[in-house]
Amino acid sequence: MSESTRLSVFKTYKLYVGGKFPRSESGRVYEVTTATSAAGAGGKGKWLANAPLSSRKDARDAVVAARKAFGGWSGATAYNRGQILYRVAEMLEGRRGQFVREVGEAEGLSKSKAGAVVDAAIDRWVWYAGWTDKIGQVVGGANPVAGPYFNLSTPEPTGVVTVLAPQESSFLGLVSVIAPVIATGNTVVVVASERAPLPALSLGEVLATSDLPGGVVNVLSGRTAEISAPLAAHQDVNAIDLTGADAQLAKELEVAAADNLKRVLRPRAEDWTAEPGTDRLTSFLETKTVWHPTGSLGASGSAY
Amino acid sequence: MPTIAPAFADVTSSDSALRRFLHGLPGVDPVGLEARAASLGTRSIKTTAKAYAIDLAISMIDLTTLEGADTPGKVRALAAKAVHPDPTDRTTPTTAAVCVYPDMVATAKEALAGADVKVASVATAFPAGRAALDVKLADTRDAVAAGADEIDMVIDRGAFLAGGYMKVFEEIRAVKEASGPARLKVIFETGELSTYDNIRRASWLGMMAGADFIKTSTGKVAVNATPANTLLMLEAVRDFRAQTGVQVGVKPAGGIRTSKDAIKFLVLVNETAGEDWLDNHWFRFGASSLLNDLLMQRQKLATGRYSGPDYVTVD
Repeated sequence: MSESTRLSVFKTYKLYVGGKFPRSESGRVYEVTTATSAAGAGGKGKWLANAPLSSRKDARDAVVAARKAFGGWSGATAYNRGQILYRVAEMLEGRRGQFVREVGEAEGLSKSKAGAVVDAAIDRWVWYAGWTDKIGQVVGGANPVAGPYFNLSTPEPTGVVTVLAPQESSFLGLVSVIAPVIATGNTVVVVASERAPLPALSLGEVLATSDLPGGVVNVLSGRTAEISAPLAAHQDVNAIDLTGADAQLAKELEVAAADNLKRVLRPRAEDWTAEPGTDRLTSFLETKTVWHPTGSLGASGSAY
Repeated sequence: MPTIAPAFADVTSSDSALRRFLHGLPGVDPVGLEARAASLGTRSIKTTAKAYAIDLAISMIDLTTLEGADTPGKVRALAAKAVHPDPTDRTTPTTAAVCVYPDMVATAKEALAGADVKVASVATAFPAGRAALDVKLADTRDAVAAGADEIDMVIDRGAFLAGGYMKVFEEIRAVKEASGPARLKVIFETGELSTYDNIRRASWLGMMAGADFIKTSTGKVAVNATPANTLLMLEAVRDFRAQTGVQVGVKPAGGIRTSKDAIKFLVLVNETAGEDWLDNHWFRFGASSLLNDLLMQRQKLATGRYSGPDYVTVD
């Protein structure tokens, strides 16, 4: 068959929930186009693909999957989590070409600029992979107390975290909000950028082949406001990162999240290309402190 | 001995007559049966109908704990949950019964004093049923003496599969007599009967022998209640009533964990046996974790937000 007569094979973008790739339960899709600033777009985006338009039931299913995965993921050793996150970076490197194209189309970037974004995203996975077995020493440790006790604090993951990914930075921003959440042992339901969800949906394919247990990351695409409302009110979600919400939506979601005292990370202006620091790592950690007698009083005839 | 419906006096007069009757029952079309069960499972039950179905399902649950590790404390906790499934919402109906081993009947009875929740006890060397008839009858009398309102017996699957239908028949009759006033549920362990034809035969055998309920399974084997085998048993109780005027209940047990599953079973009941069975006197769910899912769905309907396992009790 000659080159010119071959039909192109379009990719069906699907959700990533519980380690599987389902379509939306609702059967709905929406059109995803290139950024209007892309070369030749002329103010109107070119059709790229149909993405699933998730419903609240997809959100519910994703939470169930995330909850199911939480025990195993939070119980895995920090070292093991680091290895897996590094593996994600390896897999991304192997599909770099695809992501450069998708990010370029989604954000209207030239090939070289999109390449730089993808490289930064891969480096960010590596950066967070290194943090998994170090964050405990930085934010935990022994506390000096006035008594014959060892007093030790240790950070533990918050649980199931809903993340509204940044709307503009469809890939580097996405990685920068997911990686720190799972690095510390949380599981995540992420709502991809509404306008540019394709890199996020492709990331699901990478995560599925990176030894990351199913359900640790669940990727939903669709209308951010529609999916985030049931997630913010969901009683089995422990925290919500509102990065991808506008001011009005963020306020509504925060009110809904207060009902079961979810931990809330409010949206703020962020430069995704800058080195992130540990803020996002510590946002979804809970400190557990234990007291233990030192035993130093026993030898000289103490009260116990 | 309890009397046999006159229609079946000749059928049950001898081993060969019984065998002839059971093997003369129409064969089951497995493909058709499963397709029918699957198609009834696609009904969409929403809003007020869903709320009704959830409450009905809760009221039909035999809240069950059948573990070697059962303690009086656990049985008391289960009893408390049966009376107030959702302590934060007193409009929640009670479950139909709690189901325990015979030695826990007295504890359950005491914990349920004054409540409209029955105590069901498994008996007859549950779950295998591998014991002498005397032992099985003693097990049954023991449970009834301790105050059990309902007895869940297991049939001798070995005898059934070997073709000893009369042995199984007589055993059910003897246990029925030993149960006295308690309603008798007969467990076939459908997962061990290998064919749908056998499930149909067991259903008729059980009903002719005087079962008040026919029950799919013990919950202790790989395959428990499925929509298809429950549909088959619902057809059997419908046909039995048409022939004899005697109504027999159905209890699927084991493997029903979600509200969605439970509602599918209710659709089967309504479409097959009819409305007369949509009552906890005639239909039960043998389940433990199902209740939590029903409660979470109920909370979702009441509050509009998804609930989680942190908001229901563990057992």
